[in-house]
Amino acid sequence: MANFDEELDASGLNCPMPILKAKKALAKLSGGQVLHIIATDPGAVKDFEAFAKQTGNELMESREEGGKFYFLIKKS
Amino acid sequence: MAEKRLAIIATKGTLDWGYPPFILASTAAALGYDVEVFFTFYGLNLLRKNLDLKVTSVGNPGMPMPMPMPVLLQALPGMQSMMTMMMKQKMKKKGVASLEELRSLCIEADVKMVACQMTVDLFDMSPSEFIDGIEYGGAATFFEFAGESDICLFI
Repeated sequence: MANFDEELDASGLNCPMPILKAKKALAKLSGGQVLHIIATDPGAVKDFEAFAKQTGNELMESREEGGKFYFLIKKS
Repeated sequence: MAEKRLAIIATKGTLDWGYPPFILASTAAALGYDVEVFFTFYGLNLLRKNLDLKVTSVGNPGMPMPMPMPVLLQALPGMQSMMTMMMKQKMKKKGVASLEELRSLCIEADVKMVACQMTVDLFDMSPSEFIDGIEYGGAATFFEFAGESDICLFI
């Protein structure tokens, strides 16, 4: 897994909270920095793809492991 | 990226129907949309300082019930409070945010909230019952924003 600058644990949270919390966490980062997100909401997989596409932040990685979902988003 | 606009009319004042406007408004704001929500009729309850909203299965055969129950029983005193309590517990267990939390996130994200002046007057509501930072307006106020919107929803 690539390095990241900040981590957000959105485990147990349901739509739309992982997205809203990620947005807030990204706001604190500078361009080029990477946010690592942990979520348990299966809907987050498609939602983070859509979020990245619409906000211009790059979804570098999206993977599932042991029932959890991990995302790396690079701030544009 | 040019900013997109979302306009919502929120007309319902129950716990369940309070969710769609706040979920969509907060998410759209997170995606970079400029958002305005116009609250009218029972939707005005979503602007109260104390969000004491209820849910009921009466008149809503689509609501999932833990056990089958005749409609007349569902209408008994205390059932509405019980269903509201059960719904809130279920939401908490499943990690669904509270309406208060979603509303705060909307405010934080600069979602513009407009209360329908006509219905505020109709129901003798006082602005002191509502949260701070809202505006008051009528149909023309709504169209001023909605006319330039990319997405317009009636909820």
